[in-house]
Amino acid sequence: MHSPQRKPPIRHAQRYCLGAFFLLFACVSVFHAQDTFKTETSSGVTNIRIAVADFKPSSSDTQTDGFKRTFDTTLYADLANAGIFDIVSKSLLPQSTPGTPAEINVQQWSVAPASAAMVVFGSFGIQGSKIVCNGFLFDAKNLQYPQVLAKQYNEDASEDSARQIAHRFADEIIFRLSGGSQGIAESKIYYVKITGADKEIWQMDYDGANQQPLTHLGTVSLSPRISPDSTRLAFSSLGKDGFQIRMYSLVLGRMVNFQGVGGTNLSPAWAPNGKEIAYSSSRSGDPEIWISDANGALARRITSFRGPDVSPVYNPRTGSQIAWISGRTGLPQLYIMDTDGSAIQRMTDGGYATSVSWSPNGQFLAFAWDRKYGPGAPGGQDIYVMEIATKRWIQLTHDGGRCDFPSWSPDGRHIVYANTADGKAGHMKIMTMLADGTQKRALTGPGADMPNWSWK
Amino acid sequence: MIAVQIKFPRALVLVATFVALGAVTGCHKKASGVNPSTLGPAPAAPATAPTATITADPLAIDLGQSVVLNWRSQNATSVTIDGIGDVNLNGTQTVSPSNSTNFHLTAKGDGGTAEANVRVTVRVPVAPTAPAPAVADMGSEAAFHQNVKDIFFDYDSYDLRPDAASSVAGAAAYLAAHPSIKVVIGGYCDDRGSAEYNLALGENRANAARTALVSAGVPASRLRVISYGKEKQFCTEEDESCWQQNRRAQFSLDR
Repeated sequence: MHSPQRKPPIRHAQRYCLGAFFLLFACVSVFHAQDTFKTETSSGVTNIRIAVADFKPSSSDTQTDGFKRTFDTTLYADLANAGIFDIVSKSLLPQSTPGTPAEINVQQWSVAPASAAMVVFGSFGIQGSKIVCNGFLFDAKNLQYPQVLAKQYNEDASEDSARQIAHRFADEIIFRLSGGSQGIAESKIYYVKITGADKEIWQMDYDGANQQPLTHLGTVSLSPRISPDSTRLAFSSLGKDGFQIRMYSLVLGRMVNFQGVGGTNLSPAWAPNGKEIAYSSSRSGDPEIWISDANGALARRITSFRGPDVSPVYNPRTGSQIAWISGRTGLPQLYIMDTDGSAIQRMTDGGYATSVSWSPNGQFLAFAWDRKYGPGAPGGQDIYVMEIATKRWIQLTHDGGRCDFPSWSPDGRHIVYANTADGKAGHMKIMTMLADGTQKRALTGPGADMPNWSWK
Repeated sequence: MIAVQIKFPRALVLVATFVALGAVTGCHKKASGVNPSTLGPAPAAPATAPTATITADPLAIDLGQSVVLNWRSQNATSVTIDGIGDVNLNGTQTVSPSNSTNFHLTAKGDGGTAEANVRVTVRVPVAPTAPAPAVADMGSEAAFHQNVKDIFFDYDSYDLRPDAASSVAGAAAYLAAHPSIKVVIGGYCDDRGSAEYNLALGENRANAARTALVSAGVPASRLRVISYGKEKQFCTEEDESCWQQNRRAQFSLDR
């Protein structure tokens, strides 16, 4: 997202003015001298100050109150979580509750103490068995034509509908105000739920609501990976012949076939076109990275080096590169290569690196890294993000216990990960944060592991 | 192969092909020249001897299914099938035998007697019985674990340590003495590090143990490898002695 915005000036400078080019070169040098680099959330742009009014009830009964409270809370949380807004505290908002454009006095919201640049308001009610919701986004600084967005929603009345309407309206607002980046309020997170000795695959909304089981296999299932079109879920599951790749159809609501082979088969990853799956397979003895079609057929081997090769992930932007974890030189390290197995590059210089996730724009790798791993070494396993072009990294978690399995949100602004404060595997819970490491919060209680964020 | 052939002149290849063909057909002619059927005694008797054939379709059925018998005779005056009795000279009949049966057909005629047979196999489901002798052959669970000892590994390593040599030798000797034993080798890791990487590492550990046993003379077909990574912990204390217990290739009877 960031580079397309930066590139045109570079081309401009090269073409027209050598002086400007040198100036730019100087800027780049300064950029290099920095300790850190820019992710989606640390681009330096000041966040938009936005006021989110509670919606005006357009019908009066207890059901409306309950659903409207869910809607207001969800909408507020979605906008607060987006990472691009400076949300006006509710206590600073004007007393009025406008429900329609005719009822709002925009000036009231743009002056202190609210000082909002944008106002979200509307009405919410139940007519018959339907929720009718009108939502507006107004530019508080544009007194003549303040309306930016007007949306009407008409859905069956339920708690879940109220939440989904809020997610959809939030995504519309984020899309308008973020410069075209899609919101993530309608995205899902798939994860492993620890149930006694078994591990099953569960799903939840991006904000941790609506947690529900998908599989009931009564065994250990790991590494859920959702297909780019959100129709199928690949994972690996312990059977009588060891771990095998399994496939669950979210459309059919049941398991579907994936060709079984010998050996241990682990950690599937979808190609961005949804036609291929890369995974670790030891069918030939040593665990190597293999690529097959989405049914497990036409498998071909990509790596051939003694030692564990595991946890592949495609570059979601190009589909032509794979990042993965290899123990070919001892402790596991992070590598990237082309999908034909050529152009291998080692990315980490030591420690114990695992669980890589490739950012949607193709520029960054998020991974778990214990930089001082070893017997007796008091190292901690934390989440890191590395810029691929420069191999520079920043540490996103600190002293919060063991962290693992980072996964990027579809907009590249958030990272979901698993964390256990006391190091006990059973106490793993799923956390989310912005891609610069701020705004950490838990999405689940203990007993949830290996999150995987949907592609959209 | 093909590349080599292309290097020869095409004519040479053709000649070679004809020579080969000639050799094959030549042999065939010789065989037909001594066709034994033509060497039999000529049918001199005025009354021709009867002939008979019987077929069954299908030849094998499950209990309760039926089969169609089809017979043809020539120069016969009476035809009988054992178990069915006198039948037409040519005919078909549907039968449903309760166990495997030989249908024996006798065709009598002026010229003598001809016989034909067809066997219909009936698959009768048999209740599975406990393979009692197999258990005895496999030896006791206790004896197995006494002789086939687990192999332990250093941290983040799947190389056999020197102390594993005696375990391997003992295991190989016991398995050689009990040839009916099949073994599952489970690869395990301590609970540090990441789940996915540990499963791959466990696979390497189990494979290292398997390779050592195969080198010591145990047939690979008797060994099966499963990696459990850190998913099935032997103990859960956070200290080196527990971690060491977990970093192992564990042998168990593959029943």
